[in-house]
Amino acid sequence: MDAKRYELNVQLAQMLKGGVIMDVTNVEQAKLAQEAGAVSVMALERVPADIRKQGGVARMSDPAMIAEIKKAVSIPVMAKARIGHFVEAQLLEALRIDYIDESEVLTPADEECHIDKTKFSIPFVCGARNLGEALRRIAEGAAMIRTKGEAGTGNVVEAVRHMRTMNREIRQLSLMPVEEVTGFAKTNGLPFELAHKVKELGRLPVVNFAAGGIATPADAALMMQLGCDGVFVGSGIFKSANPQARARAIVKATAYFNDPQKVLEASMGLGEAMPGLEISQIAPEQLLAGRGW
Amino acid sequence: MSTTLNNKKPDIIGVLDLQGGVHEHLDHLRRLGIKTRRVKQKTDFDDLAGCIIPGGESSCISRLLDIFNIKSSLLKACDKGMKIWGTCAGAILLAKKIVGENACLGLIDIEIERNSFGSQLNSFQTEALIPAVAAEPIPLTFIRAPKILKAGPEVNVLLRIDDYIAAAENKNILVTVFHPELTGCIALHRYFAVKCGLIPTDSKYAYSDPQWQNSSWTQLARIA
Repeated sequence: MDAKRYELNVQLAQMLKGGVIMDVTNVEQAKLAQEAGAVSVMALERVPADIRKQGGVARMSDPAMIAEIKKAVSIPVMAKARIGHFVEAQLLEALRIDYIDESEVLTPADEECHIDKTKFSIPFVCGARNLGEALRRIAEGAAMIRTKGEAGTGNVVEAVRHMRTMNREIRQLSLMPVEEVTGFAKTNGLPFELAHKVKELGRLPVVNFAAGGIATPADAALMMQLGCDGVFVGSGIFKSANPQARARAIVKATAYFNDPQKVLEASMGLGEAMPGLEISQIAPEQLLAGRGW
Repeated sequence: MSTTLNNKKPDIIGVLDLQGGVHEHLDHLRRLGIKTRRVKQKTDFDDLAGCIIPGGESSCISRLLDIFNIKSSLLKACDKGMKIWGTCAGAILLAKKIVGENACLGLIDIEIERNSFGSQLNSFQTEALIPAVAAEPIPLTFIRAPKILKAGPEVNVLLRIDDYIAAAENKNILVTVFHPELTGCIALHRYFAVKCGLIPTDSKYAYSDPQWQNSSWTQLARIA
């Protein structure tokens, strides 16, 4: 992708700021998400909570199902490709969806290389646990970043950890004298030029959304107050007792994240949230956030 | 011009801050030296000379307008003379007719088709001369843009490209299907400020800010 195309792709993510991107598995859910005020839908066969439960290899979804969802809504449609699976990404580009998520929620296809995203015209969003991962993905051509969190758990603790880690590293970088940047970049695996860019801007140069474990309006507002530009909700909506009410409530809480009275209003009477998982109860090899590097 | 010296005359341009490209517009208005306000509560419309409805997802912004009575306050402010400019999603929200859907604000007699060019792969940059706005061509950024298909008799078409209208206005409303806030050009922001009866205090950057970069908006959303 040339510089102009990349700029357009970064700018589409900018237009999603302050919004909620929802995982959907069929046309009906996609329509419900759009009606509730989602800014985009992530089309996939199984939400992370089910991938976690059912195990096995998780791959790109059936393109026919993604195409149906694309036809059913006017908001942008995203879909996931496995880490490193550049042919899945080629297929999603040929399908002409709007954004590809190179996602650790699916089983990685390559344990050495992420997709060379500069070879594509379509934009990519990638997960990150810290500043190094975020900037390496941007260097590979990602136009948008999200925290990894721990998908499918309904537990926001990992997303908070990842956002706090990124923020801490950004603050360190912006305060240090220029001559310390080289060493900091080396130690933390930051592409050098992007490290200087982050130092200058005092934040990531692209939009950064929260993802992984967001289940309530308060979770969404928490991530927004920590400095995220918007929110992905995966299993949190359609694994809850009342998806429609919860979807609307999370949209409201994300827009009014700084207004406790309105987040409170949004939180009333939503029924049960999705069942949550304690991170320490998950076998280490089942943790998704460790995928990718 | 003397009216701008009168303290009682509204001199603020607001940006509707529910979802979308809010920072980018605030950043451009700041370049023009105009006082700005993020509009999020119904009282935020008080004393605005103008209000920008930014790009974003119109279905989301439309839903949020309905909650907390923002929509009725916006319509009331418009009745009292507040000018409104909608970019992309904002233009959809302002239209009297949206293809296949119910109108939201219905403040300008145009028929608009959402997401009319296709997917993100069909987003593009181009440039065009808009004589009413500037003497030189203006860079235009279209992102999953709508097309204005028709305009009523009292609507002034500012820019027509191929088979569609890209910019139009009536007495109170300006609509552009492209995103002037995503380029370094501030000509349209200046044009809207004039429409609002405000004189840009900093006319040094007549049409374009050479310092502008696509990451300029991030200065309004710093972590550190």
